[in-house]
Amino acid sequence: MDYDVIIIGAGMAGLAAGIRLAMYDRRVLLLERHYAPGGLNSYYHRHGRPFDVGLHAMTNYVPRGTRRAPLTKLLRQLRIPYEAFRLCPQIGSEIRFPGVTLRFANDFEDFRQSVHETFPSQREGFDRLVERIEEHDELSLDARPIPSRPVLEEFISDPLLIDMLYCPLMYYGSPEENEMEFGQFCIMFKSIFKEGFARPEGGVRTVIDALLARFREEGGELRLRSGVRRILTRKGRAVGVELQKARGVTKLGRRRAEVLAMADEPGEVIEAPVVLSTAGYPETLALIDDRTARSEEAPPGRMSFVESIMVLDAEPRQLGIEQTIVFYNDSDRFDYRRSDDDCDLRSGVICCPNNYAHAKPLPEGLLRVTSIANYDRWAALEKPEPYASAKRRWLERQQEKVASVLGGDFRAHVVADDVFTPTTIHHFTDRIHGAVYGSPRKVRSGRTPVAGLYVCGTDQGFLGIVGAMLSGISIANARVLMAGS
Amino acid sequence: MSTSTSVAAVVLDIIATIAPDEDLDDVKPDVRLRDQLDLDSMDFLDIVMELRKRYGIEVPEEAYPKLATLDSCTEYLGPLLEGKL
Ligand SMILES: Cc1cc2nc3c(=O)[nH]c(=O)nc-3n(C[C@H](O)[C@H](O)[C@H](O)COP(=O)(O)OP(=O)(O)OC[C@H]3O[C@@H](n4cnc5c(N)ncnc54)[C@H](O)[C@@H]3O)c2cc1C
Repeated sequence: MDYDVIIIGAGMAGLAAGIRLAMYDRRVLLLERHYAPGGLNSYYHRHGRPFDVGLHAMTNYVPRGTRRAPLTKLLRQLRIPYEAFRLCPQIGSEIRFPGVTLRFANDFEDFRQSVHETFPSQREGFDRLVERIEEHDELSLDARPIPSRPVLEEFISDPLLIDMLYCPLMYYGSPEENEMEFGQFCIMFKSIFKEGFARPEGGVRTVIDALLARFREEGGELRLRSGVRRILTRKGRAVGVELQKARGVTKLGRRRAEVLAMADEPGEVIEAPVVLSTAGYPETLALIDDRTARSEEAPPGRMSFVESIMVLDAEPRQLGIEQTIVFYNDSDRFDYRRSDDDCDLRSGVICCPNNYAHAKPLPEGLLRVTSIANYDRWAALEKPEPYASAKRRWLERQQEKVASVLGGDFRAHVVADDVFTPTTIHHFTDRIHGAVYGSPRKVRSGRTPVAGLYVCGTDQGFLGIVGAMLSGISIANARVLMAGS
Repeated sequence: MSTSTSVAAVVLDIIATIAPDEDLDDVKPDVRLRDQLDLDSMDFLDIVMELRKRYGIEVPEEAYPKLATLDSCTEYLGPLLEGKL
């Protein structure tokens, strides 16, 4: 065997799993299809500026040394010092519905107060719900999935409050439409309301660089531009992978050339008795060379988004934008499901990366907007046209919406922008339908029909930057280190 | 140094690597480590992994409870670590 463990995907989950295994002397090979690590939360350059793909907020923020917190656990497990992520806490965020606003920052008491003041009749129910959430052991690897709506309805009688709680939690972590598995609800509730938001100084690159440095320090090996074409099995056991064949890079401009460089032809075979995949559950099943294993039931997710980034020539605060994140909804009920049109602007997320307690202000103003989208509609648009015009049209509508939600107008200050769609997400991460939060079917145990093949990251059910890292750690621990393999 | 202090020192040294934020100055040898320090099952796994990595000794899962206190560590790990410190 060439390696002890092969990991598919150098996103947050793959990097974290890789560090754990390399730390304990496993020969690890991390394979990434793309030309850069980071996955759904990578970074890129455009018009001479660095952009983060997905970073709004790192959830689960707690101050240094906070006991029993996921962030503390993960830093410990990876032997990364707290300072390395250079976390700057948020200023303050809002959930804005017609006529009602809830405020929260990184102190749960403030949020509780805000709920109590806004929904006096729901005080007791809300507090009891919080107790129920605290009791729940959402980290257990053999937890059974239950829907959260009936649980919430047991404690809260005002549907508006239920919608307002769901809005941030679904946007930041639900693969399901208008529902959320209760364990997932607890994870998100804790990570957003009980803990909080921070931004690494320098953007997501700070986190990726810290992970990469640790991985290399422990002797891990990373190969970029190395897409896995097949997961090889023998008698129901994983025995390695076959790569996509690498071709000479065609001169076609940066982004496209990289993808053309990988043909769907058999390439190198690499052997290992254990394969950890972060590519997603349905995506992983589709890679297995054994047809019966491939036919496992795993519906791909349907939730994807359009994300627009606007660069401003002014500090957002000077334009009256004081919040870190605003989760808005302006229709009667919050409706979190795949959009019928290209995008659904009735709700969305507005993020202002400047509004964190940075040591040094960001060089320019930034605003990011996330809207629910429809993968099929975007995929049907031909490139470059009418795809590019559709992007422009929706960007303008998003801007209009943001101006009306935040009040005041920032539009004259936009000096550059970048928009990405469900097809961009699909293109860069291979997630079916560009489904950011993966399949609604989560595999807590990490097990697949193939022995020695495990999934971690998004489709194990822990997502977001911190969640994905924790998932990589738990599966590496449970399925490799504790198994003694 | 007697074996008992050195086994405790080995374990404390490992805990210092795993949990650098914990104050290890007055850890009581007869009180459960979990009750005085913020250690969870992931951390105990790491104690075992570090023992294997540093000293080549295997602690099977059934024996994890034997690592509960510094005293019980000394009792259980002492013979395994003999000649290795
Ligand atoms: C627009 C957007 C905004 C977001 N905002 C936030 C935020 O503010 N805060 C937050 O915490 N989270 C955010 N997220 C979510 C977060 O980025 C993800 O949950 C997390 O990064 C998932 O990590 P992962 O390792 O599980 O998966 P991924 O990041 O998807 O990693 C999987 C990797 O596997 C690679 N891969 C796939 N198939 C193959 C193959 N066949 N061979 C080789 N490699 C392969 C992919 O290229 C990818 O790099 C956001 C995501 C998006 C898209």
